[in-house]
Amino acid sequence: MLASLKKKETYTHYWATLKFAFYCITHPLDGFWDLTHEKRGSIAAANTILILTLVSRIAKLQFTSFLFMKVYWEGINIFLYLASILFPLALWCVGNWALTTLFDGKGTLRQVYMATCYAFLPYPLLQIPLTIVSNVVTVEEGAFYSVVSAFSLLWAGLLIIAAMMQIHEYSISKTIGFTVGSLFAMLVMVFILLLFFSMISQGIAYFISIGREIMFRM
Amino acid sequence: MKRLKRISAFVLSALILATSYMTAEAEEGYTYNYDYWGDVQYSPDAYDVAKVFTAGDMGLETGLKSPQGLSVYEDMIYICDSGNNRILEVKRTNDTTLEVQRIITEFKGNVEVNTFAMPTDIAVTDDGYMFICDQSNKRILKLDMDLNYVMEFTKPDDPNFDQSFDFLPNKLAVDSAGRVYCVAVNVNKGTIKFEPDGVFSGFVGATPVTYDWTDYIWKRLSTKAQRAQLESFVPTEYDNLYMDHEGFIYAVTSNVSAADVDSGAANPVRRLNLMGNDILVRNGEWFIIGDLYWGEAGGYKGTSLMTDITAFENDVYVALDRNRGRLFAYDDQGRMLYAFGGNGNMDGYFKSPVAIDHMNHDLLVLDAVDSSITLFTPTTFGSLIFQAIEQFQDGEYYESGESWKEVMKLNGNYDLAYIGIGRSLLRQEKYKEAMEYFELKYDDDNYSRAFKQYRKEWVEENILWIFIVVFAVLCVPLMIGKIKKIKHEIDTADIFQQ
Repeated sequence: MLASLKKKETYTHYWATLKFAFYCITHPLDGFWDLTHEKRGSIAAANTILILTLVSRIAKLQFTSFLFMKVYWEGINIFLYLASILFPLALWCVGNWALTTLFDGKGTLRQVYMATCYAFLPYPLLQIPLTIVSNVVTVEEGAFYSVVSAFSLLWAGLLIIAAMMQIHEYSISKTIGFTVGSLFAMLVMVFILLLFFSMISQGIAYFISIGREIMFRM
Repeated sequence: MKRLKRISAFVLSALILATSYMTAEAEEGYTYNYDYWGDVQYSPDAYDVAKVFTAGDMGLETGLKSPQGLSVYEDMIYICDSGNNRILEVKRTNDTTLEVQRIITEFKGNVEVNTFAMPTDIAVTDDGYMFICDQSNKRILKLDMDLNYVMEFTKPDDPNFDQSFDFLPNKLAVDSAGRVYCVAVNVNKGTIKFEPDGVFSGFVGATPVTYDWTDYIWKRLSTKAQRAQLESFVPTEYDNLYMDHEGFIYAVTSNVSAADVDSGAANPVRRLNLMGNDILVRNGEWFIIGDLYWGEAGGYKGTSLMTDITAFENDVYVALDRNRGRLFAYDDQGRMLYAFGGNGNMDGYFKSPVAIDHMNHDLLVLDAVDSSITLFTPTTFGSLIFQAIEQFQDGEYYESGESWKEVMKLNGNYDLAYIGIGRSLLRQEKYKEAMEYFELKYDDDNYSRAFKQYRKEWVEENILWIFIVVFAVLCVPLMIGKIKKIKHEIDTADIFQQ
């Protein structure tokens, strides 16, 4: 592992895979096919894009002009704020993989994660300049802000669908069906997690109260 | 010695208790406001109780009995002592003294009934007439100042007016031309308007009917009989009226549902023009509804129920809530200045407030159950706010900014002070500083106004640099490309190959 960090090829490969993300977002069908089938993507690049997304999300919170984003700082928890991307992402990857693997999906969990992260690229790509531009416009000129902001999300959303279609080798209708299915699987997982946590906490509370009772009696 | 110690310990503990009580009091203040986020921000008091006047304080033998109406004309206060069928003319001789001038129980003139029965409201006009809602006698009386009968306004003989009900005038407002606008019991079509000659000329200020597509679908599906019942009519029962110095009528209503008030669909406070359209400016962050949140604490449920309103000459208006006994002051843009008051027995709290009026910057509130008048005078904080608003209206922008700075010193949580300073700086063309104040309190419109000017100035100052940067960005890559091409041609040229 450490030895590979010293090799020059590691870095050239990393740069090539990262650059390939730009090809992916402009030529999604072709790009996401090559991403896995031609091994032109890497997890390192995917992680980089994910980190960029998280950074741009925080930068947006901090540096967007108050004209477009009024932040109630008392109510912000930075970790929860980051979790609002990471948690759905984890659920999506697991849910999508678990579902598609039962129905002839060719993608592995690793590939689902990589492709989804690659599809996030439009978000930092548009949001970071938008954050800067928001500081040099007035409210009346700001109509484009919400349009571009929505466009970045729409673009990323379409890319995720295209990515899933290519890595699982599905038809378009099947992809859309399984996207909805994956969202449903996410809901089911959230439900089970909540159930699990409330059961565990009740179980713990039960043993704590027994312990207290014993201590009182002694 | 032991005893002395004990006493000193007692005094000390009492002091500690007292101070802790005082700090607790400071947290749950008497006066408050809402900030940009809608959080309650307690503030220094804007008004102090100068005195609470009961009948005894004014030198009356019989106490007030369920008084309903209060009106101020210059330094005279007119009180409708409804339960005793009389009207009191009271003069304010100095800050904390009221002297009864006349106890009016009857008037001169050739009419059947020369006395009042349950007078509920009175208005005094500049041309020297009194208009009195003589409710149980079913008329509005017009008397001159020497109590001579002039004329009366009675039940309109008009098909628009529901003839099956008695005409029971409750509240009234009179404009400079002598037109009478009246709120009557059982009338829910707006205010009843009388011409100066006593002729009924229609209803003014009914809530406009709005349609949405669900109504349309229901109408399509319902039978003719059902449709008749769905008559498109929004009942409007005003509680009280106030004629302001510009001749517009401030009207309040408490017949609004909590859901409508919360969503902004219902407006409990309105400012009507001659056509009856609501022209109240609503530029504030919040609806003009009094309290933004209502629980069921202390047994008081629901929204603020506005029962009366008064407007100063600087267009600040104060609405009176009979539900929780609070007063809400708003500026001409519809932003809340402060709210204060409450239900209770202490001075500055009410049992059943029914009417409010102002004398210069002082406020008078009439309490029907307590049978008293509370006189509020502005504190330093309150006066400074008025001063800042008035200076801005008079075009003294710099002075206004200085006054707002004084306000800010007294209350650093006062959003309007920041915006006021910003607006003052904006008028002085100090755009950069103005932007800072607007940004602190999230005033995007004013910020944009300042920023537009600031940006313009910045571009004008730096136009040379902007050109240089644009030139560099556009031309340098082109030139680099060109040089590389030439170099490549030289490197690959045949004549150098040998």
